[in-house]
Formats: sequence, C-alpha cells, structure tokens
Amino acid sequence: MSSEIVIKTNKLTKKFGDFIAVNEITFEVFKGEIFGFLGANGAGKTTAMKMLIGISKPSSGSAEIAGFDIYKETEQIKKSIGYMSQKFSLYEDLTIRENIQLFGGIYGLSNKQIQKKSNELINKLNLQNKADKLVASLPLGWKQKLAFSIAILHDPKIVFLDEPTGGVDPITRRQFWDMIYEAAHNGITVFATTHYMDEAEYCNRVSIMVDGVITALDSPNNLKKQYNANSMDEVFLTLARGAKRGE
Amino acid sequence: MKSVELENIVKTYAAEKSIVTAVDNVSFSVEEGELFGLIGPDGAGKTSIFRILTTLLLADKGDAKVLGYDVVTHYKKIRDIVGYMPGRFSLYQDLTVEENLNFFATIFNTTIQENYDLVADIYRQLEPFKTRRAGKLSGGMKQKLALSCALIHKPKILFLDEPTTGVDPVSRKEFWDMLKRLKAQGITILVSTPYMDEAKLCDRIALMQNGKILQIDTPPNIVNKFGKNLYAVHSENMFQLLIDLRTFQQTASCFAFGQNHHLTLTEDPLSITELEEYLKSTNHLNTTITKIEPEIEDCFMQLMKSPSPKEIIQ
Repeated sequence: MSSEIVIKTNKLTKKFGDFIAVNEITFEVFKGEIFGFLGANGAGKTTAMKMLIGISKPSSGSAEIAGFDIYKETEQIKKSIGYMSQKFSLYEDLTIRENIQLFGGIYGLSNKQIQKKSNELINKLNLQNKADKLVASLPLGWKQKLAFSIAILHDPKIVFLDEPTGGVDPITRRQFWDMIYEAAHNGITVFATTHYMDEAEYCNRVSIMVDGVITALDSPNNLKKQYNANSMDEVFLTLARGAKRGE
Repeated sequence: MKSVELENIVKTYAAEKSIVTAVDNVSFSVEEGELFGLIGPDGAGKTSIFRILTTLLLADKGDAKVLGYDVVTHYKKIRDIVGYMPGRFSLYQDLTVEENLNFFATIFNTTIQENYDLVADIYRQLEPFKTRRAGKLSGGMKQKLALSCALIHKPKILFLDEPTTGVDPVSRKEFWDMLKRLKAQGITILVSTPYMDEAKLCDRIALMQNGKILQIDTPPNIVNKFGKNLYAVHSENMFQLLIDLRTFQQTASCFAFGQNHHLTLTEDPLSITELEEYLKSTNHLNTTITKIEPEIEDCFMQLMKSPSPKEIIQ
C-alpha cells in the first residue's frame, strides 16, 4: 500500500427528490489498499458506488477516481476501473475463453495482449482443459473467481466489488480473498462491499455507512478499540442498529 | 410423529449434455417443534429439498412425508398445513402490504383478524407502511411481509428458504429473534442459510454440499466431532502470516478467519513449540497462538472437499 491517493471524494451527495441517498461523504482510498465499504441494506452503498464508477451523476460534491473528475471524465474513469457485481455478469452461453476475449476487446486490449492475458488467466485458474467449455457449466465459486479475474484483466487502478462472495462455500470464499490480497499486492486498489463481517477484518481500512452518512472509517483494529468491541460484527451492530431507514 | 421425514430422496436435472444431481440420496427427519437448519452454499440442494417437501417438485426417487402425509399422494393436505417462504421474493409487487396479507389469508379460508396474534409481532413493524406497494418496500421489510404471509394461515410447519441471504447483519439478527419467538409458539421450522454463523441458532443442522449431507447433528455435537485442536494465530502482518503458516511443514490446514488465522497441525501438540520457533525465524511481530473452540464454519471446511477444477466440468 502506498500513499498515492486513487479515490478522493469531498462532500459527495446524491439526492432523489427530497430523499438524500448519499449525504456528503468525504474519504480517500490509497493505491493498493483493500477498502471495505460497509453498511446496512439501504444505507446508500450502491448509490455511492454507482457515482464512483461514473454511471450516476452526483447531486453535489466532488470526487476524483484514478485522477479523473467524476462529472467530466467518466469515460476515462471507466477505462481505469474494473467492476464485479454480486449478480454474475459474464456471458453464460459463451465459453471461458470467449468471455475473456470479449471483455478484453471491450477494455481495448490488442489481440496480442488478449492472447497473452487469456493464456495467463487460464493457467492461473487451472482451467486449461476447460477453457472451451461454456461458463454456464462452472460452479458458482469458480464463476466468481473467473469474473474477478476478468474484472482486473486490463490491469485497472481500482476494482470495485459489490458483495462478491454471497452464497459461495467457505473454502472458495477464502480462495477468493487470496485473489483479492494478490491483486492489492500488485498495486490494484480493491473497493469492496460485503455482508460477511469476518471479511471486513481482511480489509486495510473499513468505512461504515448509516443512513447515507459515513459514521466510522478506520482500520478494523482501531474500530474495535474505539467501540470497545471484540469483532467487526460487534462494531457493525453497534453502529448500524441506530439506522432509521430501510432500503 | 415426525414433522418431516425424507428417505433416500434423489432429484436430478437434465443439463445440456449432462445430468446434474441436485439432491443425492438424502435422508433426514425433523422433530415436532424443532428449529432445523439446512446449512450450505449455493448448489448444495437446499432449494430442491424445500420444493419437494412443499409439493412443488417431484423427486426422482425416495419418499418424503410432511406431518405423516406423503408429498405425492397427499399433496393437497400438505399445502393446507405448511407455510413456505421461497428464496426469491414471490409476493405480488403491485399489491399493497395489506392487500398481500389479505390475499394470502383469503386463499387459505381465513382472515387477518383470526390469526393476528401469530403475526402481530412482525406485522406491527409493517403497519405504518400497509398502503405501500410490496414492490416499493426495502429488503428487510419485504422479508418481514413474506414471513407474515407464510404465517397467516397458522401453519404447523414453516419452510424458510434462505430468508437472510443478502440481508445485513442487523436485520439478520432481528429475523432470527423472530424465528425463536415462533418456535416458542410450537411451530416447527425448517430453514436454510449459507451463513455458517446462523447455524448455531438452530436446534439441529444438516451441513450440505453438492446434494449430499456432510453431517447432521446439534451444533455443539458437530463442534465436538471436530476432533482436533484448533489454534487462532495472529501477528502484525496477517497476509504474510497466512503464507508462512501454509509453508510450515506440520500444518494440516490453515484458513483466514476474520481477525485470526485458524490452524490445525499434523503432529499436535508436539509441533506447537516448533511452530513458535518457526514463526520467530520468520520475523513476525507480536505473534499469538491461542487454542480455541472450533466454529461450525471450521467444521464445514474440514468436512467439505474443495472443488478442484478437474471435478467441476465433466
């Protein structure tokens, strides 16, 4: 983790009519950091994330993602980031190799790069014999690992993960975090949401959103000290129990 | 009488070029008044079992009974006495909260008033929004409405398929508190969840993977069957520690587990001193090694076989 800032927001706000979904959030995320973006259902996480990845225009406030302005340079932002949602987003009726080629093309990689990246990825995931099988035939855990690998295929500065491990078995869930650690080690910033509080412990820093506001932001250790808690689960329950609104 | 009985149930689905065995020769039973959990990841077979028991799906082989009624020959009887909350929100999105509840009461020939006591605890939280359309409710509210609708005809057994998936820890906790109160009223509950920490809230659980039951028992008994010493290991650099622990010769298993790594050794407890020396030689700061009680998730990982890429596509 370095001191280079890759996400910087200042009073970032999103309103829907009278409803303030995201209320003046200000924070910074560093290069190579694993940042846990936590909050109860309806706290405003998804809305905030949509602004950060350049697909939803803020109502007020400012933010820079990978050095690009969130209002004016959304196309450059999209080229600098990877995104993986909880809903599986690869093409089920394309093969593993075809999916890699498709997304490589979308990310603007050359044919030569795509060729090289495909082989690297297939070897790394140990899918040599399966590369020409349909993605639909993969178990969920493997789909999620493949989706993550494809989300960082173009070596983005930041990868956004929206509940990447929901419903995955406990061993695969940990293997998935091994991949996250590795990506961060290689300098990719990881910005992740999760409902598994043990996963919050794996983050360098964690923010907790309650009713559109970031009410806590620190390392898991410091948060546990501050709230006199034994686990992140306790910290979360203490902070989120006061939430007034649902989704 | 048993509330639920399954004997050698098999369910397969035809995929494009292969056959997927969703439920692979599963047998278990649930006692009256029990809170029974099916615990396992997606693809374990939990939903198929629920659909077979609620008479929505026919098994290929085996027998299943709900309160003594056969799921094939007495399906109509079963439908009267069970409440079912599917994993996917299945209420009418364009009916209001009150209309949905009224609708479900009516098709079971009852009224909201008649069984209000049973749902009061849950429905009271929804009442301020009773004119809101179900589709416009928050996730937590939808879940409460779905549970109210599954309860309004006073079922003897409640089938809840992953009621807390994707739900934040606070709402999950509230939901389990509600289940405890329903159990206290004598309702048998069969619930499934992918969250291993919820397992300990059940009377008995079946740990499931790939259509098979790995183990079935009370949570304390499952923990007792772990059969090995488990250690929580911590140091300042947790990522490096994970790599180093996995490199250690006598490591039998090592998994990241929240703020600690959980470790079992091949030659326990002999290797503990060796482990301490090894960690000293690897320059870890503030290392602690503590013997701990396993959690259900530790047991699950010990029982399951990690899917290897060779197995995943035939």
